[in-house]
Amino acid sequence: MAQGRGRAEAGLPAPQGLTAIDATLVAQALLNGVLFGGVFSLMAVGLTLIFGVMRVVNFAHGDMMVWGMYLAWLMATRAGVDPYLGFVLCAAALFVLGFLVQRLLVQRIVDAPHEMQILLMLGVALVLENTALLLFGPEPQRVRSVLARSTLWLGPVFVDVARLIAFGVAALLTLALSLFLFRTDLGRSIRAAADNTYGALVIGTDVQRVYAAAFGVGAACVGAAGALVSPLLPFSPPTGLQLSVASFNIVIIGGMGSLLGAFVGGLLVAVAESLGAVFLKPSLKELVSFSLLVLILLFRPAGLFGRRAS
Amino acid sequence: MAVAALLVLVALPLAPTLVGSYVVTLLTLIFFYGYLGQAWNIVGGYAGQLSAGHAAFLGIGAYACAVLAVEKGLTPWIGMFVGGALAAVLGTLIGFLGFRFGLRGFYFVLLTVAFAEICRIVASNVDAIGGAVGYYITFTGDPRQFQFQDARAYYYIALVLMLGATGLVAWLERRRFGVYLSAIREDEGACEALGVDTFRYKMLAMMLSSFLTGIGGAFYAFYVFSLQPASVFGIPLSVEIIIRAVVGGAGTVAGPIVGSFILSPLAELARHYFAQSGWHGAHLIVYGALLIAVVLFLPEGAYPRLARLLRR
Repeated sequence: MAQGRGRAEAGLPAPQGLTAIDATLVAQALLNGVLFGGVFSLMAVGLTLIFGVMRVVNFAHGDMMVWGMYLAWLMATRAGVDPYLGFVLCAAALFVLGFLVQRLLVQRIVDAPHEMQILLMLGVALVLENTALLLFGPEPQRVRSVLARSTLWLGPVFVDVARLIAFGVAALLTLALSLFLFRTDLGRSIRAAADNTYGALVIGTDVQRVYAAAFGVGAACVGAAGALVSPLLPFSPPTGLQLSVASFNIVIIGGMGSLLGAFVGGLLVAVAESLGAVFLKPSLKELVSFSLLVLILLFRPAGLFGRRAS
Repeated sequence: MAVAALLVLVALPLAPTLVGSYVVTLLTLIFFYGYLGQAWNIVGGYAGQLSAGHAAFLGIGAYACAVLAVEKGLTPWIGMFVGGALAAVLGTLIGFLGFRFGLRGFYFVLLTVAFAEICRIVASNVDAIGGAVGYYITFTGDPRQFQFQDARAYYYIALVLMLGATGLVAWLERRRFGVYLSAIREDEGACEALGVDTFRYKMLAMMLSSFLTGIGGAFYAFYVFSLQPASVFGIPLSVEIIIRAVVGGAGTVAGPIVGSFILSPLAELARHYFAQSGWHGAHLIVYGALLIAVVLFLPEGAYPRLARLLRR
């Protein structure tokens, strides 16, 4: 039964009469999980960057990602731009959105109690999600890409080319982000402000500019992630909430504020859900990541790679 | 101020005889969400523990009461307390884990969200209670089964729930318990240093809040007659509850009620007028904008400002 569902999800005809879970299926689920995980990682890297710098949790993260998806969809349907090229524009647009949200709203509550920050970002999430609902309607969309149809066979398992590209680009962007943070002046200022805001102020860093840049870069990550995943995952405005919750899971599991933790956490959660879909059933896959989250919250709230719990 | 409150108290029981059925429905919803906001207010407002998973308590209360009534023939008049008790058991578990392991701020929010989502996923996958399709109650109109032909019955029950919870909170606010909760919200460390058993009071607040929300779930089940895991356990319901208390003024007696009077008519109007013209989600954009505006310009909520204006 589980095999039938797993195959159906992988887009293959379900063989009749098979009930055992075989090694090929598990390998396939592992591979799919890792490839999908790249996008999850990029999404979580954006969230953890924003949190690491400002100590503000971006509750609108998933909704920003859905906006990335809709932008990719608009470009694909109106201008015929493939999402695997259009993601650059989506990232740029989301950078502007993130920058503005930080400058106009978040900047005013950086020092407010956590509860107030959470409520403000919840307000932003409601506005973003429902503006998308108003403009694009509730019907699920999926972006067509010429690459989404082709598959490669690696022995008994197959590789979805679209997933492979999404993974490759997501991994490259994560790498580029770490180079940016460690090798450029602005990147170093962002890390300085994250480590010690007061110290950064003392040595003359324009912390406000750094905050806005960090929020913009975090939003750009999720914009790119949204575009990359748009041919793989049917989406509608409420998808944003699920994606927000998924990215919270990942950064808590990996460790809030840790880039490496977000990257590894993304892969871990995607693989765990992919395996959960095979061993339990697809509708129960999120149960695996929520159970993982509760365990991490209780026994290692700093996360797998985190240095401290706040 | 007191005169205005007294006038409202006299007017509300008489209202159904004076106004049309649509207004009765609207007021019923205002009272019901005001009640839920008040229940949340105990732990989220007074004690300052931001729970974003109160839908879990409502869902458990609703499902328990409905399933007991339909499958076992237990009258909801008793079943609602069973549902409330089960919700309180979950509240105790979440509270114990959260407070014992010292989860604060965002971490506590996520713990409550995670438990609500786990409830939703489990309820969607248990076929005995309808799975993702939902659980349906056949309408019989029998008052012993908490079912009424006359919509005014629900109006009075919702009014009693809201006034009861508000009275309870007003009473607690003046007791040691209420003062301790506010003190925990303001400075938990200082509270502990003064010898207040903060864990115990946060636990009590969580248990009381989840119990009341569970009872609200029973009302929901027998007012709506259908339960879907995505709507009774979903995060959007938790947000509906929180936003009323916050907009009205979290940690004040009248806050959630004022919030419900502001927001529930908005939601209903939007459902009727915007949805017909294809404007999905318009009222939630207004919700979001209001939430942002309240945090930036009115962090204490509408009620404290209103009270000051009236006193002047």
